[in-house]
Amino acid sequence: MAKITYIEHSGTEHVIEVAPGLSVMEGAVKNMVPGIDADCGGACACATCHVYVDGAWRDKTGEKNDMEETMLEFAEEVKDESRLSCQIEVTDALDGLVVRMPESQH
Amino acid sequence: MSLAEDINPEDLPEAYSMPIEEMDPSDGRLFMHQKHWAYFERMRKEDPVHLSENEEFGRFWNITKFKDIMAVDTNHQVFSSEPSIVIADPPEDFTLPMFIAMDQPKHDVQRKIVAPTAAPANLIVLEPLIRERVCNILDSLPIGEEFNWVEKVSIELTTQMLATLFDFPFEDRHLLPYWSDVATTTDEEGSNNYMEEEARKAVLWECYEYFVKLWNERQGQGDNPKMDFISLLANNPETKNMNDDPLEYLGNLLLLIVGGNDTTRNSISGGVLALNQNPKEYDKLRADPSVIPNMVSEIIRWQTPLAHMRRIAKEDIELGGKQIKKGDKVVMWYISGNRDETEIDRANEFLIDREKARHHIAFGFGIHRCMGNRVAEMQLKILWEEIVKRFDFVEVVGEPERLQSNFVMGFLQLPVVLHPKK
Repeated sequence: MAKITYIEHSGTEHVIEVAPGLSVMEGAVKNMVPGIDADCGGACACATCHVYVDGAWRDKTGEKNDMEETMLEFAEEVKDESRLSCQIEVTDALDGLVVRMPESQH
Repeated sequence: MSLAEDINPEDLPEAYSMPIEEMDPSDGRLFMHQKHWAYFERMRKEDPVHLSENEEFGRFWNITKFKDIMAVDTNHQVFSSEPSIVIADPPEDFTLPMFIAMDQPKHDVQRKIVAPTAAPANLIVLEPLIRERVCNILDSLPIGEEFNWVEKVSIELTTQMLATLFDFPFEDRHLLPYWSDVATTTDEEGSNNYMEEEARKAVLWECYEYFVKLWNERQGQGDNPKMDFISLLANNPETKNMNDDPLEYLGNLLLLIVGGNDTTRNSISGGVLALNQNPKEYDKLRADPSVIPNMVSEIIRWQTPLAHMRRIAKEDIELGGKQIKKGDKVVMWYISGNRDETEIDRANEFLIDREKARHHIAFGFGIHRCMGNRVAEMQLKILWEEIVKRFDFVEVVGEPERLQSNFVMGFLQLPVVLHPKK
């Protein structure tokens, strides 16, 4: 299991144990963490699971593929740290990961 | 005005009356008389990627299952949106470039320029105004007597919203739904959605002339233009010369007008009808209005206000065991995907408290996903919050009259009587 801290835009923290193999998005949705809509269900097709991941984790989360880059083009408040959480697969190496949410999903 | 009475629904072929090869769901009368559901149900079961051919639209693939639609919608490299996103091909001399019907990279540039108007940050600013208007509309309705919900609520509310997004002169706002309706007419005679092609063009050029004035007035705002669509387009270096091609300016105007008008308008009407047809769901709403945000997604799924989007394959590709050839027309039937039992639990039931209600395909997916999705959800949410405060029952008291169209799932009439809260 990997312990992941989801921080809502308001600052509220949710610490969740997520099973390897799930996505970071699924870890939130299955545990009723608010702020991640995930309308498309994890197909990298809607950009409503937008989160910020600190650059220090980049080696362990892997890089964005072209489709994720493209979908993020149409999200709001996109930064270097922006990721679609459905595209990050949870592994034991992500134990301790912290993701922050934007003010809203579009 | 309507020809609805002149068409005998019994004359339309039943879905299970023909060999599957002959099945063609593109006749607008099927949708008008709600016969399309059985067509799509049969195709999903027997031939989910189904080839049709007819005189009007040529040869086209019908994509009817949720996952296949998703596969097409997210593969914009293979499935092109140019030159049009509806099943009918545009007239050669009147193809309107608009970003929904463009591929990368131009699509991305133009969409990103206007998206902030419809983004959550701007909607937070607009919400109090929208709520005030919703209240004014609802408080002006007649009590205890029959009226047309489409005209007095659905059209009025979406028109006011659209006028705000364009910063359009409020006193002329009725022009917006007029242009929208004209833009989605057909030249098929006998339809209740008919308009002769030349007359249609003439009206759309009037729309253009009106908006040229707004364009000229709004140039020169520099780096910080106002948040309306026209100011954003007229002041961005990438689009400030858009008006040099009148067809492209007109095309993008019509995209934003139709996109913001027909869709939410018909979901507003469709929600009232669905709750009347499912009294237990209406009881759930009365018992717990906190279900409204979830109900809004369910209403949008149930209505699917735009039935399809079309693409052209840019290379040969296999889909659902069928060989799609380069140049083939591919029609994604969102209206069918949203009733796909293999993707959505109890898909043919209207359940306002369903789990994962947001997982519907009415907004499309991928790079062309509806830009105004949050505008639509906000309007429906505020409307229903204010309805339940005032009325115990918005009662449908007669048969709805629907538009003859395979694209816009539209209502012309929805007779209702309001019952105030006791």
